[in-house]
Amino acid sequence: MTPTTHVTSDPDGAPASQPVNPPRAFSVFSAAELKTALKKMYLIRRFEEAAEEAYQRGLTYGTMHLSIGQEASAVGACLPLGPSDYITSTHRGHGHCIAKGADPKLMFAEFSGKETGYCHGRGGSMHIADVENGNLGANGIVAGGIPIAVGAALSIKKRGLPNVALSFFGDGAANEGAFHEALNIASIWKLPVIFVCENNKYAMSTSIERALSVKNVADRAVAYSMPGVIVDGNSVIDMADAVMAAMDRAHAGLGPTLIESKTYRLRGHSRSDRNRYRTREEIESWAARDPIGRFEGDLIAHGLATAADCIAIREAAEAEIAAAVQFSNDSPLPSVDHLLSDVYTPVEAKP
Amino acid sequence: MTAPLSATTGALPVDPTATRELSFAEALREALGQALEADERVFLMGEDIAIYGGAFQVTLGLLERFGHDRVMDTPISELGSAGVAVGAALAGSRPILEFQFQDFATLAMEQIVNQAAKIRFMFGGKCSVPVVFRAPTGSGTGGAAQHSQSLEAWYAHVPGLKVVQPSNPYDAKGLLLAALDDPDPVMFFEHKLLYKVKGHVPEAPYRVPIGKAAIARPGTHLTIVASAIMVSRSLEAAKELAEKGIDVEVIDLRTLRPLDTETIIASVKKTTRLMCVYEGVKTLGIGAEISAMIAESDAFDYLDAPILRLGGAESPIPYSPILEKAAVPQVADIVAAAERLAKKRV
Ligand SMILES: Cc1ncc(C[n+]2csc(CCOP(=O)(O)OP(=O)(O)O)c2C)c(N)n1
Ligand SMILES: [Mg+2]
Repeated sequence: MTPTTHVTSDPDGAPASQPVNPPRAFSVFSAAELKTALKKMYLIRRFEEAAEEAYQRGLTYGTMHLSIGQEASAVGACLPLGPSDYITSTHRGHGHCIAKGADPKLMFAEFSGKETGYCHGRGGSMHIADVENGNLGANGIVAGGIPIAVGAALSIKKRGLPNVALSFFGDGAANEGAFHEALNIASIWKLPVIFVCENNKYAMSTSIERALSVKNVADRAVAYSMPGVIVDGNSVIDMADAVMAAMDRAHAGLGPTLIESKTYRLRGHSRSDRNRYRTREEIESWAARDPIGRFEGDLIAHGLATAADCIAIREAAEAEIAAAVQFSNDSPLPSVDHLLSDVYTPVEAKP
Repeated sequence: MTAPLSATTGALPVDPTATRELSFAEALREALGQALEADERVFLMGEDIAIYGGAFQVTLGLLERFGHDRVMDTPISELGSAGVAVGAALAGSRPILEFQFQDFATLAMEQIVNQAAKIRFMFGGKCSVPVVFRAPTGSGTGGAAQHSQSLEAWYAHVPGLKVVQPSNPYDAKGLLLAALDDPDPVMFFEHKLLYKVKGHVPEAPYRVPIGKAAIARPGTHLTIVASAIMVSRSLEAAKELAEKGIDVEVIDLRTLRPLDTETIIASVKKTTRLMCVYEGVKTLGIGAEISAMIAESDAFDYLDAPILRLGGAESPIPYSPILEKAAVPQVADIVAAAERLAKKRV
């Protein structure tokens, strides 16, 4: 599949981001940075597999939403971001979290409800947040993070900072009122926010054909006077290029961009999914477009990594996740005595 | 058809020949199927209720029987779907909207609270809004803070809504059919931990009246008022307490609004001690209302001890199982609290 970057509307008359050849990401990022991106893809894949194994062995509690197959979307979108840029994420958030730079140890401990986890076991899989590194959290509410990203962008603008906020959400979220209200507000206030819709064709069992009034989520950008860009979400490079173009726009004070990342989740929606709404052929056809192998191919073709490098990177990621699982297993459970301690922020009385 | 309830106690009928068992989810499914069959104005809406059968499989198989026109998957648009249900009800249909989790009904509060609950009143009684909103509630599945809430008291605070919360498969079916008959909006809350619980359910359609509590266990020393999963926990606690010489009466509210004050008052007069057990946050919860109601009633003079509320912790529901358990009343908590209450004197 050739990468498509397509602008459905650009009412401000700003230069449309056209497919760049060669992709900009190859000139912007060093070989070392791109190899780190590959490592993050492997970390995500192994993290998800370890989560799945824990479930199969009856070691997990609650539900989980795996992002296997969507690694390029998360890693590519976060590649141009720095620690002071914000993201908001979703119920399917493990990948975004690792892509933004989180420590898999603290993530797996959180996933396992341990005191050492990112949220001290309070949040679990669906609420992992790494606020210090600009990750304003996964979210259990579909579309819940979209207006929050707009708010972070408003604060960035008010404080005169050079950053952006990027919101990940799914195709299903684009049918919530919160999506529409957030895009309108971001547009009228020209806020430095990037909306990244990961369209994996389904919201749980509901296919986009039956739930979406438009062919592409990006087509909705025209209603909010911002560019709508469709990207091959299984390509790290295409995702990074699209986000860099959106960042340029945001930095120039032109406001938000809606990026639609076309991708696919290879696992069920959550742990209880019987996949009655899609065919095995469809799943297999997307499995053949595996984003990790694809990125390795890109790196090797451009002389940025060797096959041996890729194997070493994969093994390092596997070891890191194994250590994360071990760390989690060795960690204590939270104490019941502290159940109420984080409901409110402690305040000191003013004299 | 009227409900086969004992007129005096409101207890379930004891029929030794009745052996047919269904799970809570199956009982709901049977009620939905019978309603769809009996009344062509009835249709179902909700997220992933068709081919997926709903997040908790309540509607599984109904698509195959009734088709997409009557079993409609909605986009993830809670506010819009609730409003569509209200409009359809106003125009003569009988919609049943499933929220995938009660937590997500908060996105639809506008239509439920400002519209559905008030339209009849605001329009001077010229119309009704016969809509049923179903939603799974409660903790115990590791769903964490945004998938585990027990917000039923919010809705019970709103005149114009009826709020139903069955505790067993028999009531689930009977109350759902009664909710469908009801001309006004009914919030129908299903505790997630109950879906797989089995119990006797007659096949023929029947109704359990809205607004009537049941005495789930008669007793003499102390009254526990509960609903949903807290009924079975209280019954279990009552067994342990009986061994300790404390004879507990357990009242299953079944409906939170309108509240069956008569049954509660009569029980308190008899036992002279009252304990409210509920999963929702303790402060300003359903137990607060029941306590106040008793304090205002002539049952107050009968009390031999202060009223005791055992409610959810003043926190969101945590993820870690050890914390999650600690955040809501468990059987051991009920036993301990009841023992304390039984010893107390005013
Ligand atoms: C407000 C709200 N409604 C419904 C749900 C239940 N739910 C969780 S994920 C999901 C599907 C989301 O689909 P999409 O946005 O496409 O993201 P994906 O799961 O495909 O990544 C649903 C219906 C929810 N968590 N929040
Ligand atoms: Mg999706």
